[in-house]
Amino acid sequence: MSGSGKITTVKAGGISLEVERRGAGRPLLLLTSEEQLELESPFVASLAEKFEVIIPRAPGFGLSDRPEWMTNPDDISYVMLDVLALLGLKDVTVLGFSFGGWIAAEMASKNTSAIARLVLVDAYGVKIGGPFDRDIMDIWTSHPSKVTAAKWADPEKGKRDFSKMSDAELTAVARANESFARFCWDPYMHSPKLRHRLHRVDVPTLVIWGEKDGVVTAEYGAAYAKLIPGAKFATVPGAGHYPHLEAPDAFMSTLNSFIL
Amino acid sequence: MYAWHFTEMPYPNLPPLESLSTMRVSLANKHFDPKIGADLYNRYLDEYMIADDLGLNMLCNEHHQTATCIDVAAPLTAAILARQTSKGRICILGNPIANRGDPLRIAEEMAMIDCISRGRLDVGFVRGVPYEVFAANSNPTQTVERLWEGIDLVTKAWGAVDEPFNFEGQFTHRRAVNLWPRPYQTPHPGIWMTGSSDLENIKKAAARGYVFATFLQPHEKVKWMFEGYRSAYRDTGLPGGGGTAYMPLVFTAETEEEAEKGARELTWYLNAKTEPQYRNPPGYVPVDFNVNALKGTFTGRTDAMRAKSMEFLKEEGVMVYGTPDSVAKQIKRLYDLVGGFDHLLMMQQAGWLDHKRTVSSMSLFAKEVYPQIRDLPRTQPLSVKAAAE
Repeated sequence: MSGSGKITTVKAGGISLEVERRGAGRPLLLLTSEEQLELESPFVASLAEKFEVIIPRAPGFGLSDRPEWMTNPDDISYVMLDVLALLGLKDVTVLGFSFGGWIAAEMASKNTSAIARLVLVDAYGVKIGGPFDRDIMDIWTSHPSKVTAAKWADPEKGKRDFSKMSDAELTAVARANESFARFCWDPYMHSPKLRHRLHRVDVPTLVIWGEKDGVVTAEYGAAYAKLIPGAKFATVPGAGHYPHLEAPDAFMSTLNSFIL
Repeated sequence: MYAWHFTEMPYPNLPPLESLSTMRVSLANKHFDPKIGADLYNRYLDEYMIADDLGLNMLCNEHHQTATCIDVAAPLTAAILARQTSKGRICILGNPIANRGDPLRIAEEMAMIDCISRGRLDVGFVRGVPYEVFAANSNPTQTVERLWEGIDLVTKAWGAVDEPFNFEGQFTHRRAVNLWPRPYQTPHPGIWMTGSSDLENIKKAAARGYVFATFLQPHEKVKWMFEGYRSAYRDTGLPGGGGTAYMPLVFTAETEEEAEKGARELTWYLNAKTEPQYRNPPGYVPVDFNVNALKGTFTGRTDAMRAKSMEFLKEEGVMVYGTPDSVAKQIKRLYDLVGGFDHLLMMQQAGWLDHKRTVSSMSLFAKEVYPQIRDLPRTQPLSVKAAAE
């Protein structure tokens, strides 16, 4: 899970964060999904041909600190804005997947002075329906096989072989699972405030969604995009919650048309 | 040695277990027939009252959204027993303070029950088993922190007799805290805690003079935990207080054959089915446990025990069953193996074990076993007051 780039430690507001950097070019902040599958995925290499891809490990992920007072992605977004400032980055493309997409949306709702454009991919973060509506599948009360089936258009692709991982890699997985729950348990996968703050996002925004995502549906994605002024919405056919992993070519072509 | 009767108040009248994927959290409540439930509640309460008549103490607990335990509010059970019994002590083990979300309600309820029972209440606090975080929707990564903050607030509220105070903690904020009533016992009822693997928690309980209880654990592990508990006195130089409590499944009968039959009924509890996502919510156990879970080497206590034979569970001290003399001998053996204990908590009813056989087992225990073990020496002074002095 260490990735292939250079990892340094940044201290933001007293919190130590691991930050990985790959490639060279204009800055692109990549905020991973809760499973951090992006770290091992080839599509990042193609991004790194044109961008300097900056991949911070969120608090509680990798070896980054997770202070007790941090309870949700709202808290994390301030730390990530600090990282942009500490690294002196400007005109940053912010690309967030799933849980990372939620953090990206929180950041852009607060301060876009260092952000050039925003891309959200199958992101969590808002509540669209009423109290009895299940906007986001409850992954923590669902049988693991059902969660995998909802996440992946082809559930075979969602199988992970933990028996081949080192203790350090397994520790990163276990820590990520725990931290994801710390930040997203309640309110479940959303901030009641975020939808009322998204009107403040004043940078070009693209929302990309796996057409077959069963955790957060494409309808949810379209409604999410409507909350952001001028945001474009695009779906990737044949892909579930991770279109960048299941249909990387289609995903990259949609992404490139927006960020290049 | 104090002996306690305990049942989780199971609802066994379910469709064939092999047709169910889970008995906890998400088993549809269409399977609960309120008329059967009414009979079961009254029957279990009757058995507690019989326990009181027999000279046994009464232990109750609570769980939520599960057929294994339809006691969803231990304070209600304790309140009924406070009024309807007259002799035995009543212990709630425990109040799920990390999940209930309002520690002061617990403090008030305990004070009221303590008054109604004229000081017969012992108050347990528990972190709650993994399945419970779903029904309570409490964040599984912070259960230990919520447990201790809740205990601090409750004990402060019980003892703050002169003037109201405000509290601004990590999880609870309250103003002008001022309990009416305050507990019958001074400074407050005895406090009990449970634990399994977190030795730091166990030592913390010991240092505060709380009774430490184990629940269906093999004697080697119980010994390790009790040693840890006792070492806290030696390390801190505290005079003691609290004590230790050991819980097996117990069935006593006139013959070994009958005893084995009854004990087999009790294993219903060990065989309770639960879907995997409820067994280990993220962050409920530390990261290193979850590394082992990912490797497949940590599956939890119940899963490990399910596969074992009754004879093995008897050897391990998870089950105690036999004729009165045999039961007394087994208890003395366990007492010696774990370095002594002060309370024998007996799950004497589970699953389909009916009223007649439950009462028969309880009565035999009370009349023929209890006299043989009653005078086993205490390992620590009984009262909280003794610990404080």
